[in-house]
Amino acid sequence: MFYTEAGQFSSHYRTDRRLFRLRQDRYSLYALLLFAFAVVPFIGSDYWLNAILTPFLVLSLAGLGLNLLTGYAGQLSLGSAAFMAVGAFATYNLELRVPGLPLLGSIVLGGVFAAAASVLFGLPSLRIKGFYLLVSTLAAQFFVQWLFTKVGWFSNDNASGVITAPPLVIAGHDLSNPAGRYLLTLGFVVALTLLARNVVKSELGRNWMAVRDMDTAAAVIGIPLARTKLLAFALSGFILGVAGALWAFTYLGTVEPHGFDLSRSFQVLFIIIIGGLGSIAGNFLGAAFIVLLPIALSLASGFMPAGVIDAGQLENLQKIVFGLLIIGFLIKEPEGLARLWQQLRERARVWPLRY
Amino acid sequence: MTEISSPLLRLEGISLSFKGVKAISDISFDVARGRITALIGPNGAGKSSLLNVINGVYRPQAGRIVFDGEVRQRMNPHRAAVRGIARTFQNIALFKGMSVLDNVLTGRNLKRRSSWLEQALRIGRAPAEDDAQRRRAEEVIAFLHLQPWRHTLVSKLPYGLQKRVELARALAAEPKLLLLDEPMAGMNAEEKREMSRFIADVNREFDTTVVLIEHDIGVVMNLSDHVVVLDYGRKIGDGPPDEVRRNPEVIAAYLGTRH
Repeated sequence: MFYTEAGQFSSHYRTDRRLFRLRQDRYSLYALLLFAFAVVPFIGSDYWLNAILTPFLVLSLAGLGLNLLTGYAGQLSLGSAAFMAVGAFATYNLELRVPGLPLLGSIVLGGVFAAAASVLFGLPSLRIKGFYLLVSTLAAQFFVQWLFTKVGWFSNDNASGVITAPPLVIAGHDLSNPAGRYLLTLGFVVALTLLARNVVKSELGRNWMAVRDMDTAAAVIGIPLARTKLLAFALSGFILGVAGALWAFTYLGTVEPHGFDLSRSFQVLFIIIIGGLGSIAGNFLGAAFIVLLPIALSLASGFMPAGVIDAGQLENLQKIVFGLLIIGFLIKEPEGLARLWQQLRERARVWPLRY
Repeated sequence: MTEISSPLLRLEGISLSFKGVKAISDISFDVARGRITALIGPNGAGKSSLLNVINGVYRPQAGRIVFDGEVRQRMNPHRAAVRGIARTFQNIALFKGMSVLDNVLTGRNLKRRSSWLEQALRIGRAPAEDDAQRRRAEEVIAFLHLQPWRHTLVSKLPYGLQKRVELARALAAEPKLLLLDEPMAGMNAEEKREMSRFIADVNREFDTTVVLIEHDIGVVMNLSDHVVVLDYGRKIGDGPPDEVRRNPEVIAAYLGTRH
């Protein structure tokens, strides 16, 4: 009744191809963007902006990067954090060694370096697939972390290996405050999400899904497999690289290899599994789940009467509950939160009728 | 230039074996332009293997393929697609996570000229080309009466319709040669009639040369202009349907005798 498609016809192929075909989808997106850009920076506390919204946005972006590769093109990867690290260290070194390069340029170029690394480690995908590919992407994870720890040049020969990120200045504006960091992150996330949504709805996106669903048939109808797979690695690597640079520059404020270890790769993988493979909105839902649920759990445990459980055990207990929730959720809805969201919309279309 | 009367496809002495097991031995035949050729034979006769040789999925150990005036020792799938060979598979090989329209559009991927970046940013040649591709895809969808399902996921469609979507995807490539591997397997009589009519229409409307594998001998005799019979990887019959039907070797191997 409220969420109706009735009367919304596309009379041109062009309008049928719009990213958000339905009027109500478009308007709610505009409202959400307006809220995120113009209202949140003013009403959000430093804690919310710094510790919740910024990491949520960066992890959503990382999820988006991996989802293009795994969810759309069907290539499994456990090297996400490695490509994030390449993005972060490349951005840092560009800032350090290329005078006059603006910060935005460094971040984008950092993404380009990550894309190149991703293509390099994606080469085995031309011969192997599935779990074997997963194992070969682990090589990226271990190699990149080793490289940035062992070779001092990358961290400017810093003794501790932990470098403080330079101040965030764009066109003379200092964005080093919480609202500025949040807005910089949000800008990148929105731009890259729109780009990704366009790509998956274009010929390249169809080719990726064709390779994912049945690669022999894709080859027989003339889709160039090698090029299609490597483009998936490139675009995925680019987005992950930008996410890595943002993680270091706008969230942590430091650049260090340990921020990009294997558990980060797993975290990104969980985001897309929980959010939904082959879905753009799923990355945001999955990242929200991963970022917000531990906070909610620790808040909830604060209400427990003191002395019932040892404080040291409490943290472990939270992890157990978190794990159980993930397992329970995936049994209930293996296709992820994006599927639930879609079902909700299907319901809303016909409400108050059942079908 | 090739003369019109020359066959579109000529197989010369094709032999294929898998680790010493002979699948096809020394098979030669011609496929005339604009005709429907049927490949028949008992299970394991090498029919599907032969289609796989024609479009380059398998590499034959001996023999050569002449397609549209070009001589090749072996094809590869991409080259075959570029040269105008499209096919369907015995077990449906659709892209299950995509809609009917998207499946048909993938069939047209070789007709693209704009780069992926133009398409991603919707600039340059891409928007006009997207319109043109959609229009051609819609023509194929209309031709095969698939309009009600264009936005449906193919995995949600019944089997008979999936077979038709696969034909649509192959047809969208505007092929010179269409290879159909058991397009009517598992269908009831009505669906078979419908599919036969679609294949005959494709052949007549677009002048597409068709090679098909089919087990229903009634369908084969009605639909095809030319029948090639295989048994144990050898060719045992080759000619117009009526002639093949009277061939004693074919009757013994495949059609069966009345006792």
